[in-house]
Amino acid sequence: MSSADVKAVAAAAGVSRGMRLRRGARRLPTLSPKARLLLAAGILVVAIACYLLLFIRGSFAFSFDRRLTMLGAMTIAAFTQGVGTVIFHTVTSNRILSPSIMGFDSLYTLMQTLMVFFFGGAALAQTEGIPKLLAQTALMVVFATILYRWLFSGRFGSLFLLLLVGVVFGMAFDSLSTFVQRLLDPTDYDLLSTRLFGRMSNVEAGYLPIAAGICVLVALFLWQRRHRLDTLLLGRETATNLGISYKRELTLMLIVIALLVALSTALVGPMTFFGFVVAILSYQFTGTHKHAYVMPMAFLVGLTTLVVGQFVLQHIFYASGMLSVIIEFGGGILFLILILRKGTL
Amino acid sequence: MTSLTTRRALLTATAVGTGALVVASLLVGGYDISVVGLVTDPAQWEMFLISRVPRTLALIFAAIAMSISGVIMQMITQNKFVEPTTAGTAQWSGLGMLVGLILFPSAPPLLKMLIACVFAFIGTAIFLGVLRRLASRSSLIVPLVGIMLGAVVGAGTTYLANSFNLLQALTAWRSGGFSNVVRGFYEPLWVVAIIAVLAFLVADRLTVAGLGKDLATNAGVNYDRVVLLGVMMVAVATGVTTVVVGFIPFLGLVVPNLVSMLMGDDLRKNMPWVAVIGTGLLLACDLVGRTVVSPMEIPASVIMGAVGAALFIGLVLRQRKVAHV
Repeated sequence: MSSADVKAVAAAAGVSRGMRLRRGARRLPTLSPKARLLLAAGILVVAIACYLLLFIRGSFAFSFDRRLTMLGAMTIAAFTQGVGTVIFHTVTSNRILSPSIMGFDSLYTLMQTLMVFFFGGAALAQTEGIPKLLAQTALMVVFATILYRWLFSGRFGSLFLLLLVGVVFGMAFDSLSTFVQRLLDPTDYDLLSTRLFGRMSNVEAGYLPIAAGICVLVALFLWQRRHRLDTLLLGRETATNLGISYKRELTLMLIVIALLVALSTALVGPMTFFGFVVAILSYQFTGTHKHAYVMPMAFLVGLTTLVVGQFVLQHIFYASGMLSVIIEFGGGILFLILILRKGTL
Repeated sequence: MTSLTTRRALLTATAVGTGALVVASLLVGGYDISVVGLVTDPAQWEMFLISRVPRTLALIFAAIAMSISGVIMQMITQNKFVEPTTAGTAQWSGLGMLVGLILFPSAPPLLKMLIACVFAFIGTAIFLGVLRRLASRSSLIVPLVGIMLGAVVGAGTTYLANSFNLLQALTAWRSGGFSNVVRGFYEPLWVVAIIAVLAFLVADRLTVAGLGKDLATNAGVNYDRVVLLGVMMVAVATGVTTVVVGFIPFLGLVVPNLVSMLMGDDLRKNMPWVAVIGTGLLLACDLVGRTVVSPMEIPASVIMGAVGAALFIGLVLRQRKVAHV
């Protein structure tokens, strides 16, 4: 089967799915997906301009610089969480969970804690830098790949098995971290806790280029596979019939997801419900299920949410630290509403 | 399958082991207490009564509360992976405690406990309501939904605590454990003893309710009333335990499953064993936490979290294997 055929079938599937989605959703003015993307991009540009330029008190250069770094962090978070969740939804054929619930942030905390436990707090400062970011990301990807391969190979309910085991692994990691943290001496513990909390607002600017580089590579890779992703939406049998090596594709995508979430966690810290909110919104806004539109939309929506949220909280409510908590809480409520309306995961 | 005699031997060993753990829990600690000292030194005796006995009793009651709650919830929801911490009940009672702290800062502990129990009841009712609307009640989806519900409530609690500047109090309470349990502090836990007796008395009705609404009604059991009673017992047990000693994850999940693997599903026969094995497990976790970093200590709930999670994953995977065959 040629790739053009795959493309055509996938496109047809995308249309029918899109129609089904639109019936359930609130009707948006009929715009082509492309126009919707442009609209979202326009809103994002305005939001970014407002965020970068308005309400500057004191030194312009200082504020601008700080905001630019923060914007960089938000861009990475929006891409990794938004796009990662969309693919996660596609390969797991569910629309409600997001990959962060699989215990990645707990694993990150555990890794940091164990390092301090074995090598002392000084190691934390000495090993700072890009190699460590890469090493941590690699470790998390390895963990996820082993977990996925192990649990996804079963036949019955293995998806939910995977999710449940992931969640419980997360809880176990949390407990282990707390346990080991209690064994640390107070200075080491202080060093560790400054490293583990509040990372969104003080991201190391030096990490951003490399993280951005990884994101661009992943984006190119995913763009090239956008039609195959559309095909995965049709389910295992149909996708296999269309000439897709289902298991291989699935494993590959799960590794990409692990990479994205690991990068996001290592850089800006845990965000459980953010990716889920972004993905849900972008399905609604795009009006189609084609990944060529949904993935960019997820990125745009994610970044707009973060920028606007940060702007509003910082200048109107003077509570800039609360952004992630509010997203978590709002996302949690949305999760509840959806689960009650759909009656399944 | 284990034969009857080995099973009986295993149960006897468990009972003896738990007894030994009770004694160890009474004797281990920062303040030196020996058996001889107890008889000869009144100061030691005094210390023993103020600190060791309440702590051990609190451990026993908390273990009974969580394991029995687990059994009841598993019967009501017909799902082996449900218990107060995987259904959000514990998180709701944590929220209730915080609300009590905000609304009536100087209220007596009993009032705060009452609020926590009410919240636990509401939370369990919401969980059951969500379950009723779920199209698929697969054994794996139900706990997943419960855990997510708990996470939402937990996020809300953190948000609330942060806006009222109580985050530190919340953190301290969450990692509190049994280290500050002394005389005059643990007494509300005696309520759990009443609940345990009550659970034993209605065990048969719960077993029937566990078969589902239609079968239970056919068998002449008022299903709704039994479920309501069960939820109330769980809410009170969880609420009181949460306020006094904090969350104890996975205990209510692991212990009933272990017991039903050993002895089958006769609830009345199992109930005492659930209590005994739960107590043994929690006491063991607490003893490890007390000795590893003495004179500091690690809360039993932390160790229970790691051990319980491992056992839980084992159970889930075992069920998968059975389902495959």
